[in-house]
Amino acid sequence: MINLAVRDVAHGIGRYVATAVGLGLLIGVTLTMGGVYRGMSDDARAFLRATGADVWVVQQHTLGPFAEASTLHDDAWRSIRGLPGVAAVGNATFLTTQVRYGERWVRVMVLGFEPGRPGEPGYLVDGRPVTRSHYEAVADVQTGFRLGERVRIRRNEYTVVGLTRRMVSQAGDPMMFIPLRDAQEAQFLKDNEAIVNDRARLAANPRVNRPGVPGVLEAVGELQTSNRSVNAVLVRVAPGADPAEVAANIKRWKRLQAFTSTEMEEILVGTLIERSARQIGLFLAILALVSVAIVAFIIYTMTLGKLKEIAVLKLIGTRNRTIAAMILQEALGLGVIGFLIGRISATLWGPLFPRHVLLLVEDSARGFGVTMVACVLASLVGIRMALRVDPAEAIGG
Amino acid sequence: MAEPAIRLERLVKRYGEGPAAVEALKGVDMAVYPGEVVGLIGPSGSGKTTLLKCLGAVIEPTAGRMVLGSETIFDDGWKVRDLRALRRDRIGFIFQAPYLIPFLDATDNVALLPMLAGRSDGEARARALEVLGALDVAHRAAARIAELSGGEQQRVSIARALANKPPIVLADEPTAPLDSERALTVVRILNRLATEYHAAIIVVTHDEKIIPTFRRIYRIRDGRTVEEPGEGRPLD
Repeated sequence: MINLAVRDVAHGIGRYVATAVGLGLLIGVTLTMGGVYRGMSDDARAFLRATGADVWVVQQHTLGPFAEASTLHDDAWRSIRGLPGVAAVGNATFLTTQVRYGERWVRVMVLGFEPGRPGEPGYLVDGRPVTRSHYEAVADVQTGFRLGERVRIRRNEYTVVGLTRRMVSQAGDPMMFIPLRDAQEAQFLKDNEAIVNDRARLAANPRVNRPGVPGVLEAVGELQTSNRSVNAVLVRVAPGADPAEVAANIKRWKRLQAFTSTEMEEILVGTLIERSARQIGLFLAILALVSVAIVAFIIYTMTLGKLKEIAVLKLIGTRNRTIAAMILQEALGLGVIGFLIGRISATLWGPLFPRHVLLLVEDSARGFGVTMVACVLASLVGIRMALRVDPAEAIGG
Repeated sequence: MAEPAIRLERLVKRYGEGPAAVEALKGVDMAVYPGEVVGLIGPSGSGKTTLLKCLGAVIEPTAGRMVLGSETIFDDGWKVRDLRALRRDRIGFIFQAPYLIPFLDATDNVALLPMLAGRSDGEARARALEVLGALDVAHRAAARIAELSGGEQQRVSIARALANKPPIVLADEPTAPLDSERALTVVRILNRLATEYHAAIIVVTHDEKIIPTFRRIYRIRDGRTVEEPGEGRPLD
């Protein structure tokens, strides 16, 4: 038996393919939107993975440095280190800032870490780890920095000695790793003018600058200009230890808040990017509806152009199901070609997006399923119209 | 004379109900025999198209009988169950315009009917080529419809009507868009095919050029038919 759908498509292949390309680009946009959402989630997870922490210890009554301000004293780690199940601890600071690079600014998240402890960058794609106490940095390749280049963070310049890949913050900013002391200075140190003003105020304060009591002014001034704060303490648990149990112990005994990496992931993905996810979800729903409407309209107009032929087909004895199958196959063909074009387009233009676009196979499979269902639904409009055609319309001119 | 290929007895077709009802056919009697080409003529609004639709088993008459060969199709409200199969297997249609399926070539336009009737693709195409040959368009068998001339398209549409060797062929104004010479060619073909295929061909027409060629005419007026002898003018 002749496949009417194939013949009809072959007859108007140009129009059909042009329509499929249009639909494909729309599907490509839809898949890309999904990929942006997946990319956001993946960035958040990549960031957590990059720190190498099993437990995050943050300021009590806070959700940690990514949700709100979290400040801990930088010797809090000592008491945590002694708890059962803890293998390693490390202080960490997080600062999203603009880094001066030649003539341009690059937005990065600066992570202050202690070498050899959790928070240290893992796998380097080029260069070496930070070995000096100051002014060396490891940067993600996404920053565009090259080995040996010097970049400015706040008041100091740092030499890029190593490069990592896929280490980005939850906001998609590439990461830079610098020694903790430098990071504390960059994050908490006031500018020179403020320090001079504070010194003048202290010197003018008779309670601090008492005659005949030397050293008090210097000691207080030193306290004001140095900083001993960190944003979080990262804990790596011992093999076999349960991170949830370690986190519970820390919360119970140390008046600190502790989250396992899974809980931290929930905070990042579930709450911080939830609004973005809902926004993208709404976009996806609208795009899906628009796709259905477009396919329905295309199938409707394609059927509309064949009404006389359909009447003749019915008059000469073609079954309704043969005609319905023709329309359905045309719609599904449109969906298959459109989806392939969409998937290829999304793959091609994905890397051009400023944020990571992650196209997962399961999302593509789901997208394909939705496209097929949409095409079936859309074809119903055309099928309904075709089935209502009276074969008598072929008679009588 | 042999048994009629199709016979209508007091066929009535009423549209609507109550006082607004319109009776398009008011008791039509008709009998057409195998191998015969008869004309069905009448002014606009006389009921020609309604009668053609009843003959083509497209619409159901309100009352009366329609007998195809020895089988009653409609009988005062009763009808055979599968009109679609009846149209496919036992009635051929030729339209005013060819109404060929534009996305099929000439062969497949003709072969579609035998295929719909359950013949294998090879068998159906062989049958199509045979009928196209009988209509002198076998050389255009692989052509797309848009590549055929108007006359070739009309021949392919006649071939399609005959593809399943139906006992009845209904031709609805088949010569309307054609000039005199081509119109007479079509009638010549219909007459030849009626004899060769032993089909009863009913030609609905207004065309004064071809009316004198019929040996028998049914004139329809106000929903009733009157049988008249035709001139039977020779076609050669």
